[in-house]
Amino acid sequence: MTAGVDMRAPLSLLPLRLDQVVFEVGTRRIIDGVSLRLDPGARIVILGPNGAGKSVLLRLCHGLLAPTAGTIAWNAAEVAGGARRQAMVFQRPVLLRRSALGNVAYALKLAGVPREQRRERAVEALRKVGLEGQGRHSARVLSGGEQQRLALARVWALRPEVLFLDEPTASLDPGATHEIENVISALHAAGTTTVMVTHNLGQARRLGDDILFLHQGRLLERTPADRFFKHPSSSEAATFLEGELPW
Amino acid sequence: MNSVADAAGAAFGLIVVADPKLVGIVLLSLRVSVTAVLIGCVVGLPLGAAIAVNEFRGRRALIVILNSLMGLPSVVVGLVVYLLLSRAGPLGALGILFTPTAMVIAQSILITPTLAALSRQVVGDAWQEYREQLRSLGETRLGAAPTLLWDLRFSLVTIVLAGFGRAASEVGAVMIVGGNIDGVTRVMTTTIALETSKGDLPLALGLGFILLFIVLALNACAYVIKETAQRRYG
Repeated sequence: MTAGVDMRAPLSLLPLRLDQVVFEVGTRRIIDGVSLRLDPGARIVILGPNGAGKSVLLRLCHGLLAPTAGTIAWNAAEVAGGARRQAMVFQRPVLLRRSALGNVAYALKLAGVPREQRRERAVEALRKVGLEGQGRHSARVLSGGEQQRLALARVWALRPEVLFLDEPTASLDPGATHEIENVISALHAAGTTTVMVTHNLGQARRLGDDILFLHQGRLLERTPADRFFKHPSSSEAATFLEGELPW
Repeated sequence: MNSVADAAGAAFGLIVVADPKLVGIVLLSLRVSVTAVLIGCVVGLPLGAAIAVNEFRGRRALIVILNSLMGLPSVVVGLVVYLLLSRAGPLGALGILFTPTAMVIAQSILITPTLAALSRQVVGDAWQEYREQLRSLGETRLGAAPTLLWDLRFSLVTIVLAGFGRAASEVGAVMIVGGNIDGVTRVMTTTIALETSKGDLPLALGLGFILLFIVLALNACAYVIKETAQRRYG
């Protein structure tokens, strides 16, 4: 540790290192020896055909699944029982039967934020995603796009270092997708490292600096986005790009 | 047929004039069953939720036992509580046999497994849907149980009503541990049983109508609550 560094500031979670990670269900190998390093500030997009293991890889990184073999190591381990410093947004957000504000406040409570600060931080987070007028509305009656923005507000309020996104716009129309992408970009600009799974190649171009291409559980390539879409280095990725529709 | 019509007429008469004896019986019934439901909720709902979200050895066996206990015969519960509370029994010193307290205890024992088993089912289904999201946010299993109970509050209303229905309509347990003492432990169901065997049909029938009405009114309330909540909270 260098002199002058605030000793109270926790060590960064990143880089995250995966070493020969394997995940099996029964005899089926879903992730097959993936090694990678995730550095702070990155915008990673994971691409690959259905069943390639993209969502499973996200869940392994996020800690929702434990690898069958190999190691997943953060630079600084999260304190057990402490606030989480990484977050995840799912394809279909699970919102509680309370107000939009209540949903964000609930996440803040789990993160150990004192009661008197929760409301202010929740209001601020709703404002960031453009839901300031909907704070008192029930979360479950919001539209699909609004629900996903609320999920992002819930994440934003937590100020995570790393955010995993699992096809966050898969079931949304183009307008709502655009709004979600704006929020993700703003979150990244505010200092959050993002790792996203998507099937939307346009979105991958817009939100990805680095593309990880996954095929049958193996990481076939990691290429900067501009090069990946022009000259993917694996033949599987080339085939994948030919088959996928380019929006 | 005439006797039935006469009895029904007399029964309505008793209800209309709010016959004090009838009112006393109805109020005692409600007091006993509502208290039993409250106790059953405090114990059964968290128990059901805890079983739903936790994994431990013997969980399946526990679920099977709980589900079976839903069919527990009320006379058996009455008998067991009677043995516990009778003078020679382990809790005989309390001296509460043949009191409303004993009836509350018996009904609580009767309906707690029902409340636990049904809430385990509802919370367990929701847990499948919520699990990843709550774990992602850092929720523990211990904390997930109350979160889920609160989130499913409108579905649980129906379960609580099922518990109340079972408590209010059972006759075996309260008959045994309460003793059906006039003015002390006589409730609707025990009165109906007794008056029918005595041939005093108006009182029995009047109580029958009231019992039906209470159950109907509660279910209507629950339905409205659930409908309104669903529209508001989704």
